[in-house]
Amino acid sequence: MKVYFQEFLKGIIKENPTFVLALGLCPTLAVSVSVINGIGMGIAATFVLLGSNVIIAMIKNFIPERIRIPCFIVVIATFVTIVEMTMKAYSPALNRALGIYVPLIVVNCIVLGRAEAYAQKSSVVNSFFDGLGMGVGFTLALILISGIREFLGNGQLMNHTIIKGFQPAFIFGMPSGALLVIGLLLGFFNLVKNRKG
Amino acid sequence: MPDKFTVTASPHLHNKESTRRIMWMVVAALVPAGIAGVVIFGWPALRVIALGVVSALSTEALLGVLTRKKITLLDGSAFITGLLLAYNLPPNVPFWIPIVGSIFSIAIGKQIFGGLGQNIFNPALVGRVFLMASWPRYITAFAKPLSCDAITAATPLAALKEGRVLERLSNWDLFLGLRGGCIGEVCIAALLVGALFLLIRGYITWQIPFSFIFTTAILTYILGPRGLFTGDWLLHILSGGLILGAFFMATDYVTSPLTSLGQLIFGAGCGLITAIIRLWGGYPEGVSYAILMMNAATPIIDRYTRNRVYGRR
Repeated sequence: MKVYFQEFLKGIIKENPTFVLALGLCPTLAVSVSVINGIGMGIAATFVLLGSNVIIAMIKNFIPERIRIPCFIVVIATFVTIVEMTMKAYSPALNRALGIYVPLIVVNCIVLGRAEAYAQKSSVVNSFFDGLGMGVGFTLALILISGIREFLGNGQLMNHTIIKGFQPAFIFGMPSGALLVIGLLLGFFNLVKNRKG
Repeated sequence: MPDKFTVTASPHLHNKESTRRIMWMVVAALVPAGIAGVVIFGWPALRVIALGVVSALSTEALLGVLTRKKITLLDGSAFITGLLLAYNLPPNVPFWIPIVGSIFSIAIGKQIFGGLGQNIFNPALVGRVFLMASWPRYITAFAKPLSCDAITAATPLAALKEGRVLERLSNWDLFLGLRGGCIGEVCIAALLVGALFLLIRGYITWQIPFSFIFTTAILTYILGPRGLFTGDWLLHILSGGLILGAFFMATDYVTSPLTSLGQLIFGAGCGLITAIIRLWGGYPEGVSYAILMMNAATPIIDRYTRNRVYGRR
């Protein structure tokens, strides 16, 4: 059980997809305008990661080496379609806010990266916990980034005004602000890591 | 008498120049423009300058303590950054604008890259562009000159951009700085006094300012509003931040090319981008963006304009 827990935990801190592996930055930059969007994107990606990791770990022995990427894509695209249809049916507002970035999870490098680097070499249960950890790590990173951006760029958190009279800095609502926030957070986490080690 | 023939390694001649001395000389050269700004816009301008400088120095000191690096407070570079940032702001901004801008300039524009000499972009302009993107309505509301209240007036360039038929200020008024604008950019006369001092003392070279201003003037003259060769090039030189930018910000040692040829290219690039933004861009003024973009191009310019080493093909 401890092994599984470690597989889960490594995605959150030691191999956090956003801050350590620096994967999946495109959706991170694009959707982290508000916390709601961040959580929605995180949950969608987590579901796809879980599903694709498990299925790919199951069928890894039947996939020919040379066409493995198309095979992964087919599996991933299936789960993305499920997510997209569900989202359209139950929360169309979120779907509109995330826009093209929901179908683009198909080519999200976290999902593809875990399939390539982990799931095709590991057991089903390990892959399940790996996918869960990576998904939660991605979601937490998105919440952190979008929380900072929503507060500084919009003066709000989860659509509630926090400080009256606070003048939001528009730059944090723009892509350049996203790059700034991600860069500073990356630097901060590296600093913490170097202090420890 | 063994002491008489002491032999030491070169260099044998020293002069008194140092980074610190040069920086304070640049500060001295900027003083006339600041005084002119305060005379033209009144005490609010002095408040903005003081807040910008003090918060730049405090940020520098604080970061020096936090990172346990050598405290570089007295080398004057943070002072210049704060001063230039304040010069690039309208006189009647809220008090926190120069503070936030200075903190951003020093922390993000300079120290995060490793401090003086390591930064890619001119820190003061980084701060200004950050403020411009974040709180545009404060940065583009300009006070009317010689009236200490908050009547906003369009800058000559903004009027030109909107195609408004504004009675054109006389060149003399523009030269003395009797127009709406940022604190340090309006008084061309005072800026030229400082620039001349720096040029004569050899602290800056003529290449960047010359090619910057010349390119902007030529392009705005050729691509005039009523067909070719009808542009009001003198207005383009005398308004906006061109003089301040060309002499004091584009010539920053850290972020501009090293060789003469490189500096000419750098200045021409700045002029080209400035003219493009002024004529067709979304903003009335493009000097700060032009300098920042060319800052990014500086390493590649340096790479292709390296001086030939004597004796090498």
